[in-house]
Amino acid sequence: MTQQLYAWLDQRLDLSALQHFIAEKSVPVHKHRVWYYMGGITLFLVGVQVFTGILLLLYYRPSADEAFESVKFIVSQVEFGWLIRNIHSWSANLLIFMAFVHLFSTLFLRSYRKPRELTWVTGVLLLFVMMGFGFSGYLLPWNELAFFATKVGTGIAGAVPVVGDFTMRFLRGGDDVTGATLTRFYGLHVAILPAITTGILGVHLLLIQRQGMSVPPSVEKQEKSGATIPQMPFFPHYVLHDLMWWYVALGVLAALALFLPWEIGKKADAFAVVPPGIRPEWYFLAMFQVLKLLPAHIMGVEGEMLGVLGFGLAAMVLLFLPFLDRGAAEGRSSRLVTIGGVIALAYMLVFTIYGYLAA
Amino acid sequence: MPSHGRPTEPDAIKRRTFLDMVLGVGFVSTALSFVYPLWRYLIPPAAAEPATNSVVAGKATAFKANSGTIVKFGSKPAIVVRTPDGEFRAFSAVCTHLDCTVQFKAETSQIWCACHNGLYDLGGSNISGPPPRPLERFTVNLRGEPGQEDVVVTRA
Repeated sequence: MTQQLYAWLDQRLDLSALQHFIAEKSVPVHKHRVWYYMGGITLFLVGVQVFTGILLLLYYRPSADEAFESVKFIVSQVEFGWLIRNIHSWSANLLIFMAFVHLFSTLFLRSYRKPRELTWVTGVLLLFVMMGFGFSGYLLPWNELAFFATKVGTGIAGAVPVVGDFTMRFLRGGDDVTGATLTRFYGLHVAILPAITTGILGVHLLLIQRQGMSVPPSVEKQEKSGATIPQMPFFPHYVLHDLMWWYVALGVLAALALFLPWEIGKKADAFAVVPPGIRPEWYFLAMFQVLKLLPAHIMGVEGEMLGVLGFGLAAMVLLFLPFLDRGAAEGRSSRLVTIGGVIALAYMLVFTIYGYLAA
Repeated sequence: MPSHGRPTEPDAIKRRTFLDMVLGVGFVSTALSFVYPLWRYLIPPAAAEPATNSVVAGKATAFKANSGTIVKFGSKPAIVVRTPDGEFRAFSAVCTHLDCTVQFKAETSQIWCACHNGLYDLGGSNISGPPPRPLERFTVNLRGEPGQEDVVVTRA
């Protein structure tokens, strides 16, 4: 029966070619290979987000009057609603964290070098989209903290020269953060960003499958000098390794969701005073803290604008890194990239902690 | 897969079977710990129905003779009927057939469901069409100063 079904599908879809590809595929084994799993864990968490997100949609109501109440309803009335919501919130944070780990590991291992430039570019775009998910999703429970954080966040977008005003109004769905903003963010969070993710993630994964795993320059050198790098079959060995890591991720996620429930806070009120200690999600904190520290005017230019421009520039450098670091393809690991990476990592660590302590 | 150690010893095979079993039990429990909460989550919780037993439908003077008015009774509609001779009656406005909201038909002084042409008389009894049962009847009391009375609808 199964064989017949397989033959039927094979005639139509040429499954044997795919089977052949999977059977032939292998993954290099070397001391840096643990970093190969980070992308897989990130992917797993994306899956968790899609799954729990769809479940939350069953009860969530995207309006200023009902959003907070519906989230409260989910966590207090719906059976295991608290679990689904906690997992969604925790998984979102772990996902961004793992995406950063994945990013820095591919950066330090120079995996972006030719021929994998596009894999890097799509990866960085995915990170930006994930941050967009975080930013839009943060507002959806319509609580005080998120409300004011969104005011600040969209206000920062307003500091961008020329297009700032338009962007801010576009994001807010008006001049201010209101129920219209909530509806917009909801649409962004559950339809537009998922659609974009599907496209970019598809390309990202396709590229990885077509090109296979990148080997770090140090290992590549050994290979060039005649040593053979041991290989591991992709299926089932590597897939099982991947699954094992996913299982670990699931365990961590479940533990966090169980023991550290996500707060629901107080319902947003446009006329309430801003609560002290207002701050965005941790992955925006380092940026937020810098903008707070910048003086109002630097050499006659608005400090905030300068800061935003700086971050924009940094984002561009990150996005086009493979094209800036051309030497990596010839096996010359640029010291500048290593130093830049270390500084970026140190900056994020220090300012995120600083942001927490300062709040 | 080649087994490590000493494959000739029967013990080695047992160990593998044992580990496979442990792994299997682990996966099955994980799957169960997924399915159960998921299943419970999907079932909508019993709506926290506010135990409405009594509502003020309005001033008695607002209800004309030979008319029916839909009022809110908790989360469901009720119909307050004033008969041609001025008497107040109230029923659940939920048709017993398929939950449509019924209305008053002044021409024939009947309660009518537009969905499937069900008819009830002014006592709430189903007299024609598909409704299987009479409408739930509520008690009506007039409360307050004469001429200023409130119509109070109470679940019997």
